[in-house]
Amino acid sequence: MTENIHTLDTRGLSCPLPILKTKKAISALASGEVLEIKATDPGSVKDLDSFCQQTGNEMIASESVEDGFFFRIRKV
Amino acid sequence: MSSTAPVSELSNEQMNQWFDQRFAEKMAEREASHIPSMTIIATKGTLDMAYPPFILASTAAALGWDVSIFFTFYGLNLLKQNLDLKVSPLGNPAMPMKLPEGPTWIKGKEIPMPNSIMTLLPGFENMATGMMKKTMDQKGIARIDQLRDLCVEAEVKLIACQMTVDLFDYGKEDFIPEIEEWVGAASFLPRAATADVNLFI
Repeated sequence: MTENIHTLDTRGLSCPLPILKTKKAISALASGEVLEIKATDPGSVKDLDSFCQQTGNEMIASESVEDGFFFRIRKV
Repeated sequence: MSSTAPVSELSNEQMNQWFDQRFAEKMAEREASHIPSMTIIATKGTLDMAYPPFILASTAAALGWDVSIFFTFYGLNLLKQNLDLKVSPLGNPAMPMKLPEGPTWIKGKEIPMPNSIMTLLPGFENMATGMMKKTMDQKGIARIDQLRDLCVEAEVKLIACQMTVDLFDYGKEDFIPEIEEWVGAASFLPRAATADVNLFI
């Protein structure tokens, strides 16, 4: 299956901007599409988890990388 | 025997079992379709106290919640077209602030804001405000007008207190047009009564 990958860079932004920008980016996606997010806010790890739980979107990957954090979320 | 016996033939125990199961199903259905809601009462008009209502409201809206903010007294300042919010060092004893600029050893030092003599110095409030704005900018924290725009975009309901406008002789043209209604406590309370989360800030 080829997935349509969209990216969002929230590096340098603090709470709640990474969540708000993620929400906005996800709204523009079609169901099943994937959003890749880069972040530096340490709070975004738990906050994005909670965002997915509340909104029903699926967190496929949540990793610590060299320059911060990396997430992949699939829209429901 | 037919599997769907008439109600009159069901034993008490069967009835209870049926009810418990049905009740659990209905409750789960209800929970799944429930949209959480939050009402916030914003009463403060300083730069630092402008953040909590707008951060919580915009985030809750991003989570799909239904959010209203009732702005009253000094909180009404947060709805002005020209946001000119300041930090008040007065009565803010826990406010730490670091210099946003200068050599590292100075930047790392915490400067206690609420020194009673400093607070009385002319221009001190502007300086404290400038320092906080600069520090926030460097840390990638959103500006209040940005957060407010995001709230408007996310359809957070902005409700203004009519009495405050009359009290301070404000002109309605000084405020952003996105305000949904100008009402009093009696109009806001029924909304608060059905909300899952109520905050007074």
